[in-house]
Amino acid sequence: MDIFVQQLINGITLGSIYGLIAIGYTMVFGIIGMVNFAHGDVFMVSAFIGLITLLIVTTWLGVTSIALALLIVLVVAMTLTALVNWTIERVAYRPLRGSFRLAPLISAIGMSIFLMNFVQVAQGPRNKSIPPLVPGEFVLMEHDGYQVTLSYKQLIVWAVTAALLLAFWYVVAKTPLGRAQRACEQDQKMAALLGVDVDRTVSITFIIGAALAAVAGTMYLMYYGVVNFSDGFVPGVKAFTAAVLGGIGSLPGAVIGGLLIGLIETMWSAYFSIDYKDVAAFSVLAITLIFLPQGLLGRPDVEKV
Amino acid sequence: MDAPSARIDIGHAAKDAGLTALLTFFLLLPLIGFKTVQNIHNELALDTRFPLLFVFVALAAGGRFVYALTVLPWRERRARRTRAPREDAARVRARIERLLAPGAIGFVIVYPMIVLGLAGFGGAVKWVDNFGIQILIYVMLGFGLNIVVGLAGLLDLGYVAFYAVGAYAYALLAKTFGLSFFMLLPLAGCLAAFWGILLGFPVLRLRGDYLAIVTLAFGEIIRLVLINWVDLTNGYAGITGIPRPTFFGIPFNADDDGFAAIFGLEFSPIYRTIFLYYVILALALLTAFVTVRLRRLPIGRAWEALREDEIACRSLGINTTNTKLTAFAMGAMFGGFAGSFFAARQGFISPESFTFLESATILAIVVLGGMGSQVGVAIAAIAMIGGTEILRELDVLKDVFGPDFDPTQYRMLLFGFAMVAIMVWRPRGLIATRAPSLFLKERKSIAGSLVKEGHG
Repeated sequence: MDIFVQQLINGITLGSIYGLIAIGYTMVFGIIGMVNFAHGDVFMVSAFIGLITLLIVTTWLGVTSIALALLIVLVVAMTLTALVNWTIERVAYRPLRGSFRLAPLISAIGMSIFLMNFVQVAQGPRNKSIPPLVPGEFVLMEHDGYQVTLSYKQLIVWAVTAALLLAFWYVVAKTPLGRAQRACEQDQKMAALLGVDVDRTVSITFIIGAALAAVAGTMYLMYYGVVNFSDGFVPGVKAFTAAVLGGIGSLPGAVIGGLLIGLIETMWSAYFSIDYKDVAAFSVLAITLIFLPQGLLGRPDVEKV
Repeated sequence: MDAPSARIDIGHAAKDAGLTALLTFFLLLPLIGFKTVQNIHNELALDTRFPLLFVFVALAAGGRFVYALTVLPWRERRARRTRAPREDAARVRARIERLLAPGAIGFVIVYPMIVLGLAGFGGAVKWVDNFGIQILIYVMLGFGLNIVVGLAGLLDLGYVAFYAVGAYAYALLAKTFGLSFFMLLPLAGCLAAFWGILLGFPVLRLRGDYLAIVTLAFGEIIRLVLINWVDLTNGYAGITGIPRPTFFGIPFNADDDGFAAIFGLEFSPIYRTIFLYYVILALALLTAFVTVRLRRLPIGRAWEALREDEIACRSLGINTTNTKLTAFAMGAMFGGFAGSFFAARQGFISPESFTFLESATILAIVVLGGMGSQVGVAIAAIAMIGGTEILRELDVLKDVFGPDFDPTQYRMLLFGFAMVAIMVWRPRGLIATRAPSLFLKERKSIAGSLVKEGHG
């Protein structure tokens, strides 16, 4: 029981990170129908940007308050990652819009390889680790010497994720910008005829996706305290799994999918085998796509002739 | 002369360059401007590299300035010029393309001899092995995947799984039962084809990107199983001491009954390398030949019909299940051949060789070559694999950038960049024309954009 509760807490934390990345996948897929393969690596780049900002803020500027440092890191990482993703869309994806289906996917795979190796060349292949930023934890239960804990950093991950999700949900659901986005999702040509700037809307979608990935990247850095240039691929695929599981194109679906994938992974590690935890996540992806291709909250894809 | 709108506008170009400089500065500021290093207390510290950052910013701004002044007006002019259809040029090109394949085959057959003549016995091994064999493996994998992606239009991102099945099948069976390479080659192909059907079956209903992602998941699952099933595969450590292929029973060693002694030659490792070169060349040509012939059979026509329109296929009574599964099985079989060759050539395999990156590389070769075009696939394999291999040889760069400069670490960086650049430049691949397998009066090549690809 205590192991279960502990894994539930860990799983929700991990799931929040996946959910944040998954939103980037789901929004881009919804609006231009492409799997943005480089999104996992954008997440990794954001973690590196966060790391470097953190080092600047703490060692050079001498900011001692961890809360202030984290806030600065979050804002800088979100801004710069958004800029990175905006540029990627302009350079690698926009010229290929309206081309045949495979071209943007190959371009995205190439971009993913490029980003990964760029960070490797620029920052070195070794793991970058930082001392724990937010030590301390609540003890929720104690049973035969086994403590169920909720650490402060997990609490921060939950709170930041929830707050930013709410903010972005509001943007997408209630503002003219979100309305334009949903219009482009349904029918780009019609939206353009009605005066929606499709290019701009797509750019903003990439910016929002990157900003949320940067939140995930910062949280990942704070939670695990270590990042590596190859850290983008597996979380990326898992987040994509989450997006598919929740129903691609659906924002709440992405979050629910992320939480489910996080829980499946931690529970599998606790009760079955930690070696096969990635196999579990990938199997979930395959099984979902085979038996429930529209996902939990997605609309079924009607084939028209 | 030209209309005024195409005049050179320096002010505009300067503004563009300024904005590019600003963008590049902020993009590269964290990752190029600073470098994280481990200090003596084993903590992370920061180094600055601002001169390098400014070099990049200046390069980007300068590049953009020149681009805006030269390339953009030229493209504008070209877009305005109406292009008259040039029948003659097209016919000449078609003739060149027809002669290209036999010429290229002739060249690759004599390639080891040329290298032997130029580089001598000692230097030739590297050129035959790194350039010849390495490229031909990818050509063969490209041809195999071309059946699945280019002909049947099934997007497969986990092709490396079948490569791995072939490699491990050869390694394990050869080590356990001592069977020879040429006996195990068909067996490994059959096993891979079986896995192709096994993995193909559950994903029959999926289309497009979804199919790609599920095949990616399958590829990763197989790799993770190879890593974790230590009893069978020895995990990360891999399998060593895999028997090398023999010349129809005669081993390539320095013994009295070795290849060199029997044929009265001086012992040299080059003989094995050249033999392996011809084996993979034969395998690649076999794949190409089978593909060409299959396109004319009913099953090949069914693949291409499936790629164009699945619903129409079903309405016409084509069994889409069988059609898709045969495509998967055929592609997987050739992947299995290539895998067992790979294991025999290396003598050592580990899960490291079968990562997603390999799948992406093979798919990139197929797409960049222009899917469905055999010549294109071969050219793309030479460009992408040969291009990255050649970086290892460029000691010239050390003179330019100093002795610490290691060109090999930029291999994959350039590879990814090239993938994006070629896609943006030619989304349809390098060879953008297709030869229809069925025609009314005369054979004409058609534009690639008339053909659907990778959709089902």
